[in-house]
Amino acid sequence: MEAEPLRLKVGLAEMLKGGVIMDVINAEQASIAEEAGAVAVMALERVPADIRREGGVARMANIEIIENIMRAVSIPVMAKVRIGHFVEAQILESLGVDFIDESEVLTPADEAYHVKKHDFSVPFVCGAKDLGEALRRIYEGAAMIRSKGEAGTGNIVEAVRHMRSIVTTIKELGNQSDEELVQVAKQFRTSYELVKLVAERGELPVPLFSAGGVATPADAALMMQLGAQTVFVGSGVFKSEDPHARARAIVKAVTHFKEPEALLEVSRSLRGAMPGIEISTLSPEERLQDRGW
Amino acid sequence: MAGNTVGVLALQGDFDAHIKALQKLGASCQEVRRESELDSISGLVIPGGESTALLRLADKELISKLLNRVVDGLPVLATCAGLILLAKEVLNPQQNSLGVIDVSVERNGYGRQVDSFIDPALAWTKEGRLLIQDRLPEQSTENTEGVFIRAPRIKDLGPGVEVLIARDTEPVFVRQKNILASSFHPELAKGQSVVHKLFLSFVRDNESSQD
Repeated sequence: MEAEPLRLKVGLAEMLKGGVIMDVINAEQASIAEEAGAVAVMALERVPADIRREGGVARMANIEIIENIMRAVSIPVMAKVRIGHFVEAQILESLGVDFIDESEVLTPADEAYHVKKHDFSVPFVCGAKDLGEALRRIYEGAAMIRSKGEAGTGNIVEAVRHMRSIVTTIKELGNQSDEELVQVAKQFRTSYELVKLVAERGELPVPLFSAGGVATPADAALMMQLGAQTVFVGSGVFKSEDPHARARAIVKAVTHFKEPEALLEVSRSLRGAMPGIEISTLSPEERLQDRGW
Repeated sequence: MAGNTVGVLALQGDFDAHIKALQKLGASCQEVRRESELDSISGLVIPGGESTALLRLADKELISKLLNRVVDGLPVLATCAGLILLAKEVLNPQQNSLGVIDVSVERNGYGRQVDSFIDPALAWTKEGRLLIQDRLPEQSTENTEGVFIRAPRIKDLGPGVEVLIARDTEPVFVRQKNILASSFHPELAKGQSVVHKLFLSFVRDNESSQD
């Protein structure tokens, strides 16, 4: 691993801890997010709920949309590329976005390879359902891992499953012998050194954030209590009935995630959350989390 | 001696990294999110993060007590967004700040994330070297590492502000009485952070003056 660039990439991820990163589709939404206290915005053409509804191939957002958002806010701007689409990543790096999300929410471009993220100076975040997937992405150069959850459903159950799986497996590694860790590395299809590092530290070498299905302040605080260090909110803010108030409430819930009284206060008098989708009603093709490996 | 506790503002940002850097030097830390958590601390770190988010998350009671304690002489170390929060004037864009340190800063003055960089050898100014020799006689004053991430640029400073580290001719680490502030991230430096050591020397003085 090239140590210096990676330190700068992980450094920016550190700055985002304890915060909320919001999906936005235009400059106006970006300003609302910034004003509400978001630590970064994810510039998109369509939020996951719409991608899910409208179907078709979902690609990197229109450049003009991303540029308008970069001009509108002073906080970091992230944007998504398709899994394996390293040219979309080259374009976003030239544009100067602050973070790239190699995301299962977009239609995958490569069925065998993810982007070689060490080749870039811009940091990458990638989704993971379990520790093996997280470590494969870190090996490729991801500077931040987020639980995948099931984006665009407003249903937190998958994010919880993924976060619990990652955190529990990290704990289990701590009790395993070197021989066992060699086997774990094989099973995870990643390097022994990386598995050993995680076993020793008891945490990932990069920040662990959560995404996929956060719709309420309580959802956000739940992910924080389960071990997330920051929360991504996709459709949950701007598909709700009261984006301003909900954005502010979710930001406060993440800072005060351990204080039930504060969570009660921010949950009070919010209007309707985004409509949710029961995961079992999704067909296998509709499950975004199964994209990537 | 009073409890050797340093408060680290934990509303948002890289407070974890500061806590780790301080613990390496033997300090015990308290995360600060509420006004009452400012009571028992002998020093305060305001970490890097996003200054707009920090402003939104700090409630009136927290800000008011924080200002009172800083004016009373509580030692403070503010890095990156912390510097922006305490500055007298913030540009690019203009935004509110607490105005306790007499500097003017430009947000993202060194550019976006793709322009972030590590300077392996920041040099102490004469004032910086004298301060270290005075407070940390064992400490060498050789160059120190600076991690700059979407860093603010110090554009102007008032007469009460001393420059401790300059990069080329630009101040990147300054002191105004009890306040130390950097545009870079000493908490992300390799090994022990001299900046944190210096800060802890002020914390110790503050404790003994209260005993």
